[in-house]
Amino acid sequence: MVKYILKRVLYSIVILLLVSILLYFIMRMIPSDFVDKSFAAQLQQQLISLEDVQRIKALYGLDDSSFIGLWKGYWKWFSGALSGDLGLSFKHNEPVATVISDHMWISFGIGIFAYIFQFLIAIPLGVKAATNQYGAVDYTTSVLAMIGISLPSFFLAYLLLRVFAVGLGWFPLQGTAAGDTTGFDLWDLLWHMVLPMVTVIIGSIGGLMRHTRTNTLEVLNQDYVRTARAKGLSERKVVYKHVFRNTMVPIVTMMAGIIPGLFGGMMILEDVFAINGIGRIAYQALQVGDIPLVMGYNMFISILSVIGTLLSDITYMLVDPRIKISK
Amino acid sequence: MAKKKQDLIENSVPAENAHLQTAETVEDQTETVETPIVDNSASEQIEVHDSEARDSVAVESTQNKNNDAESLADRVRIVSPTKLVFKRFFRSRLSVIGLVIFLAVVVFSFLGPVFIGWGQSEVDRSLADRTEYQFAKYEEGSGDDKFTYYTYTVSRPEDFNQWARPFTYGINEDGKKALHVLGTDEEGQDIFVRLMYGGRLSLMLSFLVVIVYTLIGVILGGLAGYFGGWVDMLIMRLVDILNCLPSLPIMLIVGAFFDGSGLDPDLRIYFMMGVLTLMSWSGTARLVRGQILYLREQEYMIATDALGFSPVRKIFKHLVPNVMPQLIVSMTLGLGGTILTEASLSFLGLGAPKDTASLGQMVNSAKAPTVLANHVLDWLPAGFLIILAVVAFNFIGDGLRDALDPKMKR
Repeated sequence: MVKYILKRVLYSIVILLLVSILLYFIMRMIPSDFVDKSFAAQLQQQLISLEDVQRIKALYGLDDSSFIGLWKGYWKWFSGALSGDLGLSFKHNEPVATVISDHMWISFGIGIFAYIFQFLIAIPLGVKAATNQYGAVDYTTSVLAMIGISLPSFFLAYLLLRVFAVGLGWFPLQGTAAGDTTGFDLWDLLWHMVLPMVTVIIGSIGGLMRHTRTNTLEVLNQDYVRTARAKGLSERKVVYKHVFRNTMVPIVTMMAGIIPGLFGGMMILEDVFAINGIGRIAYQALQVGDIPLVMGYNMFISILSVIGTLLSDITYMLVDPRIKISK
Repeated sequence: MAKKKQDLIENSVPAENAHLQTAETVEDQTETVETPIVDNSASEQIEVHDSEARDSVAVESTQNKNNDAESLADRVRIVSPTKLVFKRFFRSRLSVIGLVIFLAVVVFSFLGPVFIGWGQSEVDRSLADRTEYQFAKYEEGSGDDKFTYYTYTVSRPEDFNQWARPFTYGINEDGKKALHVLGTDEEGQDIFVRLMYGGRLSLMLSFLVVIVYTLIGVILGGLAGYFGGWVDMLIMRLVDILNCLPSLPIMLIVGAFFDGSGLDPDLRIYFMMGVLTLMSWSGTARLVRGQILYLREQEYMIATDALGFSPVRKIFKHLVPNVMPQLIVSMTLGLGGTILTEASLSFLGLGAPKDTASLGQMVNSAKAPTVLANHVLDWLPAGFLIILAVVAFNFIGDGLRDALDPKMKR
């Protein structure tokens, strides 16, 4: 097992390395970089000259865009990253790690609440649908789940905003705090987070529910369920004791897989709701060409997703002793 | 008829028969209840008169339908596996609903513009039916004035018919009077016709993307699964890298790259879709590879070895057709996913250029608070059209999966 994990980790490191090279090169090859964008207005009004711009580019390490120059830039980023220094964000003028940790927690808060509610709602519904296969409950939940999966999140966000914020006025439109509050107000924050959370929950509940339903159906066809029924156990006991626990096996392993989703934020939704989470910050960084922040964010997400898949493989083996590692 | 016979002769190469018979026995084992090779059409029940007749029909049904089956044809109807799949597909209500929605969306977006007097970016320059009106809003005040009234005068541009109300008329470029079914948007363009063109763009792009990435996936997955060794290693590591790439950030970066490189904005959407295609084939490749790893060990493949067929023939004639059911399902579900991705990209302004109608861009108009609050028709129907198209593909895909998988039988 240790050997297997080590092998996987080594593979992941090679893949992450390739991904980071690819990202850096595409970012650097974008024709107008951060300096061009920031000083376009000054250049047009002739407040600064082209030589000045070139000097500023050199300060940012963006001046040499030959092939060798790109490798040099990458090496600088890479050696910094190895020693834990992700560089200064161009836009925020702060270390990338600080920017990420400053904006990560609001995204994490939305994510964790959304996931808890999602599991609480989706799993009982999925089991219910499976035990009433082709019944009214099954049809309704299947159709609703399907619609939930098919919703574009940004459209759902605007729909909810239109109905509950503009129309009924129950929830605030955007942001994370009312304009007149000073200091930290937890209730106000939660108040602002309701609509984003609901959007996330509706969007992701369908997949989990269908997953639970399929698993439960599979377990319901097992021989030991027939045995349990033949013993004369009540249907309740059969479903919640014998079936439910076995249904949980693949779902528990899914829990580890959600890690990148928890920390990574949601680019589009955070932008729609004007929440300064990590997703929105990354989106803005992409727009202005803030290379260190974009690299830092993408590496952060990639590492998390590697850890997530590794963890879910490991929990799978721990939860289900029948799974043997091959090779 | 003569040609058909030719086909039959060609088809009776022993290896082919071995293949077909394997498939048939598998079908027989899993389909113990249904096996409706014999079907007494009146009721859905299958009556098997005697086992001898059943066996002969079972073999005849796939090999040739000429000799013995003809004498039986008066009493029984032969149902091919394809027909069985169709039957199971149409038995599920949801998949039929999906199919109907899909056809409706296709008719709406491809035939619809014929009946509408507006072009996709045609601005209604008439001043027809422009009623100036005032919004009045009140808030609770204090003291004697129980309510404070605010009035807003809505000012409209003079040179075009902005935000016309639904079912009003305007005058189009030909000088004819034409109906705005859903009114006009901020630019004075007819919303209804833009919905049609937007739907057309979404459908065409997603079909294009899905077909191309499925082809790439089948070829690379087939090669990886068949040859194994370093070919497999190389292709699967490529798949791993693609899976590790955060797709939305990459698309945003690539979009910025195309913007800056002076690419014709009309063409950008196609380049973006090309990049999307290059990033999406990994799932298909994985599916095909997995299936082929399993099928490679089947007996009929040993027969092809013995006959000395070329690898190309073995892969694309004997292995890939057996992956088709899963491929069709993954393609149908992929269509829905691609429509969503395309909509998100045009929502973020990385899709079609401004004067081309696209559904994501129409939803994006809700970014302006006045549009969100007062001009619901600008963005709501576009969102619903996206949902309808995606739901249709998901329903059809689900129905096909159940119909093609004998284990999922009701």
